[in-house]
This record gives sequence, C-alpha cells and structure tokens, in this order.
Amino acid sequence: MSKRTDSNGYTMIFAVVMVLIVGSLLAFMASSLKPNIKENQRIEKQQNILYAMGVNENDESSATFVSTSVAGEEFKKYIKKQLVIEGDKITESDDAYLIDIKKQKTNAKNGKTRKLPLFIGEKDGKTFYVAPIYGKGLWDAIWGYVSMDENMVVQGAYFDHKGETPGLGANIKQRYFMDDFNGEHLLTEAGDFKGITVAKGNNDPKNDDKNDYEVDAIAGATITGDGVSAMIKSDLSLYVPYFKTLNP
Amino acid sequence: MALISKKDAALIKDPLLDNNPITIQVLGICSALAITAELKASIVMSVSVLFVLGLGNVVISLMRNIIPSKIRIIVQLIVVATLVIIVDLVLKAFAYELSKTLSVFVGLIITNCIIMGRFEAFALGNGPWRSFLDGIGNAVGYGVILIAVGFFRELLGSGTLLGFKVLGDPIEKTGLYAFGYENNGFMLLSPMALIVVGIIIWIQRTKNKSLIEEN
Repeated sequence: MSKRTDSNGYTMIFAVVMVLIVGSLLAFMASSLKPNIKENQRIEKQQNILYAMGVNENDESSATFVSTSVAGEEFKKYIKKQLVIEGDKITESDDAYLIDIKKQKTNAKNGKTRKLPLFIGEKDGKTFYVAPIYGKGLWDAIWGYVSMDENMVVQGAYFDHKGETPGLGANIKQRYFMDDFNGEHLLTEAGDFKGITVAKGNNDPKNDDKNDYEVDAIAGATITGDGVSAMIKSDLSLYVPYFKTLNP
Repeated sequence: MALISKKDAALIKDPLLDNNPITIQVLGICSALAITAELKASIVMSVSVLFVLGLGNVVISLMRNIIPSKIRIIVQLIVVATLVIIVDLVLKAFAYELSKTLSVFVGLIITNCIIMGRFEAFALGNGPWRSFLDGIGNAVGYGVILIAVGFFRELLGSGTLLGFKVLGDPIEKTGLYAFGYENNGFMLLSPMALIVVGIIIWIQRTKNKSLIEEN
C-alpha cells in the first residue's frame, strides 16, 4: 500500500509548511525575548567589571557577582570614570562598558582606530583600572576583565567563555584559576610590557612568586590557557601608553 | 487499573540496564566523552536530555502520521533543534545565570544520537504516552551511566566531587595527599571516559551473560 505521505507533492508541501512554521516561531521568540536578553547581558557586563575590581559576593571558594538587582547602583557607586581611548584621544562616556570589543578588534584589523574602553573604579581609597579583554579558546570565544593598579599590577581578574569544555577549559572561570592572577605584574621593571603566561609545570602551583609573569595552567586545558595568555598579551598591551601617562 | 501497565513499565525499566542506550546500544558516546570530566556537568546534561527526549518523543509521536517518510530524519532534527533553541532563549531571557551554565550543552543535545535514535526507533511507531515513557526511560539510562563516569573521572582526576575536595587538598598536602597520593590527570582527558565506559560494559556483561553477542 502506498501511503498518502509518500508522494513527492506531499513531501514538498510538508517541508515548506514545516520550515515556515518553525522559522516564524523561532523568529517571533527571538525578537520578542530580545529586550530581556539584552538587558541581562548589559547587567552582566556591569557585574563582570565590578567583580574584577573586587566588588562581589564571593565566599570561600565560589565566584559570585553582586546581585542583578543592585548591579546598576553599585556600578554607579564604584565606577568613577569610564574612558574611551582612541589613539591619543581620550574621552569620557557613560556607555563605554557597552562597547563591543569583538567589533573593535575587527575594526582594528580593517585599519580603523580601535576604541579601548577603560573603567576607573575606586574602592576603599584604592584606584582600580579595569580593562576588557577578548580572545579565542579551544571551541569558541573567551573574554574577561582585568583590574590593575597604576603600575599595571593585576588586582583582580574575571574570565568567561562561550563554549569551553566543562570540567577542563571551562574552569578558567573558577576562583582557583582567576585568583592566581592577583598580584602578578604585567610590566617588567624597565617598564616594558611582558604579559602573563598560563604555564604548565612552572613549579609554583601555589603561585607564591608574583614576579614570574606566569600562573599555573589547568590540566587538560592547554589551548584554552594559551588563549588566555594570548588575549592578555594582545589586548592589555594596548593600554600601556595610557598607563605611561599616569607615571611620567 | 494501575497508572502504568506492566508493558509500559518495561519501557522505563529496560533502558536502565539490559537495553541501556550507552552500554548496550552504544549511542550517545560523544557526549559521554565530552562532558564527564566533572560530576556537575554530567548531572546537568542528564537532566537536559531527560527534558528534551521526553518532550521530543511526545511531539514526534503526535506528528508520526503526517511526517513524510522520505524526509523524516530532517523533520526529527528540526523538532529537536527547535525545542532546544526555544528552551535556550527562554532561559536566557528569564533565568540568565542558569542559561550560562547550560549553553555549552545546547549543541551537544541537538547532536545526541540517543535522541535521534529514540525518535526514529520508537516515537515514529508508538503513541504519545508510551513514547513519553520510552523517552524518560532512555534518558535516565543515559544519565545513570553519565553520572557514574563523571563520578569516577572527577574523583580520580581532580580529587573532588561536585567541586568539594573530598580527598584533601593536593597543594596543601592534606588528607590522602599527605600519604603521597596523586591525582591522575589522565582521567580528565577524553580517552579515559571511553575506558571507563568500557569497564562498565565489561562488568555489565560479566554479570549478565545473555548480553554477550555471538559472532
């Protein structure tokens, strides 16, 4: 018996109708939820920046942001200035944290000037300079925020990723990895940029040596770790001229 | 009448042991390798698959009489992809934190062969209620193995369970580490997942000889 559903005509019509239904359903869902999603992402950026400068609700081992409901207020309270560095020109903008780093990187590749956002925060009388970084891990994008003092010594770091392997590369957003960066130097004593390398077997798993430009890597996450080293080098080195103006 | 008849109960029970999707049918191996380095990831993945497979089986079963057989695989793919993307979008809008934990798994769920396998082998030929039970049974069977593998890999590879340092601190040399115990970093790499699954298959077939195939 040949079933009605076997005919070519039926198959074609079914395919077309199915694609139309599914396509419009997904388009409708995506566009109607977009404002909510955008808002969530905006708050998350504020939380990330605050986290890097030490405004968070961490307990002993967890990494916890300030809650979403107060993120906006806390951001206003702690972040004193948001700068956009474009070559020699430095402007202030309250929306600097919304600058899309990925887009700016592509711009730079195409020969346009790259806008570098920098957030200056104050907490307990100390000034923090928080810069965003963006790069690639093993599977997809990785990014983060690094807060530094005026000598480019790391005061705090936050990393995140889009799709690194759970349990391996995904652990770059764990406290035991991020906290290792605290106190590490980015500049040599002569003032040249050196960066921080995520290194295997540096014989310093507790990370007591803060002057070795290295942090201990995560086992099984070599490529993600290399990605972290690379984005620190490529993105933070761009801020060196600005920091030079702070310490003439 | 009982809520679940004996025949229906077998739909849930069989995939747990004697017809387990991973150890007997050897499906879903890719995700079993990819995300079992940590117990927490295994649990999250199991719950996600439980949800998608239960719901997807019902949807496919309801559509089983109108799906043209020539393009049925594509239709199944579209159904599962749509379900997963909708769930992902809703989570992103209303439970952002949770969605960040789950987003890694979205791609893995869509390509999970157990899901396609159950759509193809069961939901296309059975009613929605039975398909639902079959989906739940297979997802739980999958989850049990995933969690077992995740348990051993995290325990032996990192010395932790769900992030808690159950064997002591490897850097401070407390607990077991004081006696010279070391974590086996090899457990964190994918090949060890395959070996752990292999050992489970071995144990299972030793216990139940009828599962051994004859050449």
